[in-house]
Amino acid sequence: MNEAAHPMESILRMDRMPHIWCPGCGIGTVVTAFAMALQQAGIPLDKIAVVSGIGCSGRVAGYIKLDSFHTTHGRAIPFATGLKLANPELTVVVISGDGDLIAIGGNHFIHAARRNVDIKVFCINNFNYAMTGGQLGPTTPEPAITTTSPYGAFENPFNLPFLAEGSGAVYVARWTALHIRRLTKSMTEALLKKGFSFVEIIAPCPTLYSRRNRLGDGLDELRHYHDKSVIKHGADTRELDISYRDKIVMGKFVDRERPTFVEALDKRFTEVFGKKYEPYGKVAT
Amino acid sequence: MRYWRKPLDADEIEVPRGDIHIVESQCKGCGFCVEYCPRDVLELASGYNLKGYHPAVVVNEAECVNCQLCEIICPEFSIFVRLKNNQPVCATDIDLRKGVDIIES
Repeated sequence: MNEAAHPMESILRMDRMPHIWCPGCGIGTVVTAFAMALQQAGIPLDKIAVVSGIGCSGRVAGYIKLDSFHTTHGRAIPFATGLKLANPELTVVVISGDGDLIAIGGNHFIHAARRNVDIKVFCINNFNYAMTGGQLGPTTPEPAITTTSPYGAFENPFNLPFLAEGSGAVYVARWTALHIRRLTKSMTEALLKKGFSFVEIIAPCPTLYSRRNRLGDGLDELRHYHDKSVIKHGADTRELDISYRDKIVMGKFVDRERPTFVEALDKRFTEVFGKKYEPYGKVAT
Repeated sequence: MRYWRKPLDADEIEVPRGDIHIVESQCKGCGFCVEYCPRDVLELASGYNLKGYHPAVVVNEAECVNCQLCEIICPEFSIFVRLKNNQPVCATDIDLRKGVDIIES
């Protein structure tokens, strides 16, 4: 019955399967959505590079059969920025977790968004540092229990779409691992959008976050998304905080145009140097 | 969905049928596909696979309509569906769910 090849075989390293993610983890679903988005976007596969940081979601790069890079903790975005500037033809995608992109890599995140570097950032948010044992992260809602907040978190978590929009991202969306068709469409749009595109994906973490908070398994978490999600395209990003077990507002919030880093650089240098300046990336090698 | 009569274009439309492939050794028994299959085609097996999980098994392949939701929601890349053929609408497509009344026009 298994003679036929898996449709994702051209994009995934099937020889590495089964992967390390726990049963009920949503990261695999996000990878499927990404693979489908790649096929829908129609970008040649040799013109795509995938960069991941550290963490459970950092493993994504290892399972994708494209040019993929597993970088140091929090430095996925600087690495992707360098990759994009060195070879502007590439579509550079960063897939990583909230702990990697927003906590240790938070500074890189806001500055890449501010400069509007043409990279696509897909942030898988599972509300804690899962790979290191479920510690409190910058997205953990209060009063969730984690390894390092045994009496409940009391810090205010980040509102990622607001952070991205405020920093200057041109495309901001949020979905969950349950809203896969919409997530695929959003990822396709992000891949084809010029500039810093950001998609936050809420994913279940059954082994650590759900277990410590006694929320059941991955399936129970998907049922929670089903019951509590509200799709509201174009919503004001200031109102997108996720409270513990409360409603999750999702949709496409921002889709705007801003000059990218390279465009702004070309414009400025052309103004200063005139015809002597050759546009970035066009210089004969 | 509750039909009160046979759809007018039931003779013209064709329903796609899927051919379900499950890579049993990769399945971790999370149950996403079982829960979200709109036609209740899948179930978790009572037996174990090599890794000690209860894998998903096909119990009602005839009702699969090739929507490929299981394929895209599967976090393990262990299930996929290919189009088998298109078939005319049959009584089970209309009278699928319990409690549906069909009044033949």
